[in-house]
Amino acid sequence: MGLNGFPILSLIVFVPILGSVIILFIPNKYEKAIKWTALGVSLIPLLLSVILWLNYDSSLPGMQFTEDYRWFPTINSRYRLGVDGISVPMIFLTALLTPAAILYSFGIKKHLKAYFALFLMLQMGLFGVFTSLDMVLFYVFWEIGLVPMYFLIYIWGSDNRRYAALKFFIFTLSGSVLMLLAIQVMYLATGTFSILEWTSNLQPFREGFKVWFLDSSVARQLSFWAFFIAFAIKVPIWPFHTWLPDAHTEAPTAGSMLLAGVLLKLGCYGFLRLVLPIFPDMAQKNAPILAILALAGVILGGMAAMAQKDFKRLVAYSSVNHMGFVVLSIATVASAGATMTDRVIAYNGAVLQMFNHGITAAAMFMLVGVIYDRAHTRNLEDFGGLGIVVPVYGGILLFSTMASLGLPGLNGFVSEFMVFRGAFPVFTAITALATIGLVVTAAFLLWMIQRVLLGPLNPRWEKIPEISVREIIAVAPLMVFMLLIGVYPSWILTTINQTVLNLLS
Amino acid sequence: MDESTLTLLAWLIPLFPLLAFGLIVLFSKRDKKLSASLAIGSMSISFVLAQIIFWSAVTAHDLAEHPWHMAFDWLPLGDTPFQMGVMIDPLTAAMLFMVPLVCLMIFIYSYGYMGVGNPENESNERGCPPASGSVDPLASRFFAYISLFACGMLGLVVADNLLMLFVFWEIMGLCSYLLIGFWFSRTYPDPKRITPKVAGLKAFLTTRVGDVIMLLGLLLLFSQTGSLSFSTILSHETLEHLAHVELFVPLFGMVSAASLAAVLVFGGTVGKSSQFPLHVWLPDAMEGPTPVSALIHAATMVSAGVYLIVRMFPLYQAVGHGHNTESAIVAFIGAFTALAASTIALAQYDIKRVLAYSTISQLGYMVAAIGIGAYVAAAFHLLTHAFFKALLFLGSGSVIHGMEHGHHHVAHDGHDKGFDPNDMRNMGGLISKMPRTGWTFIIGGLALSGFPILTAGFWSKDEILSFAWHENTIVFWTLALAALLTAFYTGRQIFMTFFGQPRTKAAAHGHESPGSMTWPLIVLALFAFAGGFVGVPEHFPVLGPLLGGNPFHHFVGQVIETVGVHIPHHETAWAPVGISVLVALGGLTLGWLIYGRKPMAAGDVDPLKKVLGPVHTVLENKYYIDELYEILFIRPTVAISKKVYAWIDRGVIDGILHTTAKGAYTAGQGNRWFDKNVVDHTVDLVGMAVGRIGKSFRSLQTGQVQNYILVSAVSVIVFMAFYLILF
Repeated sequence: MGLNGFPILSLIVFVPILGSVIILFIPNKYEKAIKWTALGVSLIPLLLSVILWLNYDSSLPGMQFTEDYRWFPTINSRYRLGVDGISVPMIFLTALLTPAAILYSFGIKKHLKAYFALFLMLQMGLFGVFTSLDMVLFYVFWEIGLVPMYFLIYIWGSDNRRYAALKFFIFTLSGSVLMLLAIQVMYLATGTFSILEWTSNLQPFREGFKVWFLDSSVARQLSFWAFFIAFAIKVPIWPFHTWLPDAHTEAPTAGSMLLAGVLLKLGCYGFLRLVLPIFPDMAQKNAPILAILALAGVILGGMAAMAQKDFKRLVAYSSVNHMGFVVLSIATVASAGATMTDRVIAYNGAVLQMFNHGITAAAMFMLVGVIYDRAHTRNLEDFGGLGIVVPVYGGILLFSTMASLGLPGLNGFVSEFMVFRGAFPVFTAITALATIGLVVTAAFLLWMIQRVLLGPLNPRWEKIPEISVREIIAVAPLMVFMLLIGVYPSWILTTINQTVLNLLS
Repeated sequence: MDESTLTLLAWLIPLFPLLAFGLIVLFSKRDKKLSASLAIGSMSISFVLAQIIFWSAVTAHDLAEHPWHMAFDWLPLGDTPFQMGVMIDPLTAAMLFMVPLVCLMIFIYSYGYMGVGNPENESNERGCPPASGSVDPLASRFFAYISLFACGMLGLVVADNLLMLFVFWEIMGLCSYLLIGFWFSRTYPDPKRITPKVAGLKAFLTTRVGDVIMLLGLLLLFSQTGSLSFSTILSHETLEHLAHVELFVPLFGMVSAASLAAVLVFGGTVGKSSQFPLHVWLPDAMEGPTPVSALIHAATMVSAGVYLIVRMFPLYQAVGHGHNTESAIVAFIGAFTALAASTIALAQYDIKRVLAYSTISQLGYMVAAIGIGAYVAAAFHLLTHAFFKALLFLGSGSVIHGMEHGHHHVAHDGHDKGFDPNDMRNMGGLISKMPRTGWTFIIGGLALSGFPILTAGFWSKDEILSFAWHENTIVFWTLALAALLTAFYTGRQIFMTFFGQPRTKAAAHGHESPGSMTWPLIVLALFAFAGGFVGVPEHFPVLGPLLGGNPFHHFVGQVIETVGVHIPHHETAWAPVGISVLVALGGLTLGWLIYGRKPMAAGDVDPLKKVLGPVHTVLENKYYIDELYEILFIRPTVAISKKVYAWIDRGVIDGILHTTAKGAYTAGQGNRWFDKNVVDHTVDLVGMAVGRIGKSFRSLQTGQVQNYILVSAVSVIVFMAFYLILF
């Protein structure tokens, strides 16, 4: 436990909700105060997460900054928090994206107070998931993240928001219910909710032990699949992905930023933190299936993106495509055929790809929002030649697009290369086919650029205003990290790599 | 200077253009002169640094055995970090002589070409070529892009490992995309003609197909050897190991890792160096501003592909001393491309497109050379070609510039959109209007044709042909035929452009370009003329001993000798030299006979068309390969994508979802009926009271909240039920 017992994790988790409460007490008419309070509050966790990272000692194995308090003794659940090299970057990602999203949201007109309060509540849920070491706590935070997102889509979304919100809700909630059941079974088998105990004890299901009326092996299999589906929906793994394009497209811009930036990572995080360590044998058995689904996500997701005329939906589908790479590396880590080196590289690649996709996708969604706010259309065929009137916007869009399509020198390439390197010796054919996805990705992204920025200017947009300073400030930090990771990834991978080595050895 | 200083300088070489890129993008966009000066200035510094390294390398005595090397940890991967670094060996040094020099010439030329220093013209549209005599409104952006481009090539050359090479390789891909599509809002009256924006996209995607194959090669090498650094993977032990690892490849059976990696890596070259079947992007890349064409097709991008296989040459020799399938594939594709591209060039009218096909053809030479084991010859031709092709492209740009000026002069009432200043049928007699451009272009053309003894192209081409004579008869005759055609279409181009009478008013009023454009031509012409003398065969009478006995061969050749690859030494045979001389002179003469003796007049049909008939049409349409790809790949991909979305996502997955939802809804309706008719009657009174309270809350919340509450309630009940049942 670092920082001399200073409860930095609790602070990170609960500062946002404190902010929500403060915002609720600000009268509606002080709009500026509401906005700036929200932004100010969201900057505190960012600062804390930087302190956290700086004080995190990557040479030590296991969890750090742990907190453990009595919480819910009747069911033997405790308030347990802690972080390792996997969660620290995720916390930082969340802390980085939220202020950017809030700053972008200054243009929101409707129900300001509720909007920002919900936003900070969402942030709390996300922080909670990445720090929880107790399954009940994990579940509570998981659900807390779900509710605000539902309302953000439902109230501040665009035309088809009701359908999208409901679809998002039903999909994720069915996952949650399954996960809840699995958590119960696990508790019955182990008598604890501690994630660390679950993952350190490789065979929590004793022989001959019965859960309700189920044999222990059946119960175990069922809980594996329950976790699997719950997280697969969240990632989303093909074919559980159809909620994503709807939810992303209809959500308000800042909502999409966090949805793509962080919420999708919860699923991958679940796989890495829970599924792989608790069910190594089952994961190993099903790794090929996972790899094939990853391939489907990469190729079919990319192709579906190519078919889109809606700018935002195209970006949404690119997430399906990119998360496919994370899934491919998860499959590699789980696989029997992988050597230690393959696994380490794939695991590193998975975490880095999560981080990279987080910042790139958030930036992309923001840029879609910028143009939608001005043009009030997202139809790609309506644009054309915008590079002439809004060159700065064009440059930023091009930069983010290049990061998204994995151009070397920017972040996406590093993680994709690691994913491919890890998976190649294990799933050679699937990896080879997945590289087709790289061509498809490049094709739909560049085609998008062509339809938006290039060509003769559509006279409708002659007077379209350039990206504002506020918007540039919101996106600039993301661009800095895209470049920083692309040029010198060592700073972030040192943290991840040590934990990966500890976890896998 | 010691090794650490020199490697530090090597780092700085790509860094300066990168710095220029950053400065221009962030600070000097508005000031076009400053932007251009930043680009040219930083390139000059890189040039000086590169010269220092080159001359130090030439004087170092054991550089091949102990290349200068410096690396740092870049990526932690488990226990062994991946390192990035720079390495200077004779091959890199030779490239460092050529690349910055040619780049610098192109940069200086661009100053004039983009009209920096000319007045702004308000009617110029952004993303379209400027009116003659005014500055391009996006000139700063242009200098930023070409700086990044140069950074890409320079970084690639100094890289000490394949991954770093790949990084810079792709950066060049990006720049080519941006620069080919530089005039991104340009459209043509002819809807069939490819626009710059589409050409850029095509270049990026076509090369990316090759890049992805190359990436697989990298992955294979990396997972087999645990390293991508040249010194490791090209060492004798590693190659031995790779040659003995057998891998199963579907359809092909057991293949050695070395062979597979060699073929996959070659995929990158096919894309980047525009070899068949991925050559389609290069001719359309001519849509970019002309300095870009020179940059892409001479000094940088396409050379990178050849540099890659020259660098990886030991890998191609790993199995059976070079007598293996992978080398045969390389030789075949190279030779085939060399010939096929030169036939297409015969029937092109666009001055730049002729050069584009000649580039493809010449790259085919180099690739074929690697395939037959002519390592030094490939490197040599790579360098000489860079000089004379840069010269030719810049020359053609100068010609176009002059034509546009002439057209501007003639068409007082603005531009006639239908006039094509690139079309050689509109030219003629330009030698008297623009003598500097004309004569330097002729020197470049002669070098391209391989005009004996005097030009650089002769020596390098001859070395490839001589090698092929001993190694592979089919390759030899294919390349010899291609050389004949090359000399012929070059002659055609020179006579159509510079001699005879002007065929349009624009040509009659063409005039010489400014000094910033013609001086680079003169410098390049010098190298196109004399650059070959460093590689004259040792035993060539008089010249051989006089010129130091082939210093180039000794300098670059030692690179592979140190890793134990044996290059066969052939006696100087006179037959290939004779044939080489014969085809060069024969082709040029043929060109003179058809186009020079009786020059075309305005409105004449190309005499070759009369001779070749329908074959000419096929050649003019580039064997219809673009159309074929459109039908085979592009349309199906787009169609399938739409189906994937409509059928799988919208149809099947959402279909199942919606059906389930409908089922649940129907069940809910049944339940509701039960509640309404059975339960409600009993709790009517209570219900009404709750209903009133509910309504008063409703205004606060949206309709679907009930759903959430319902589902949450269900989950809580499930949770509780568990405990009730189990404890």
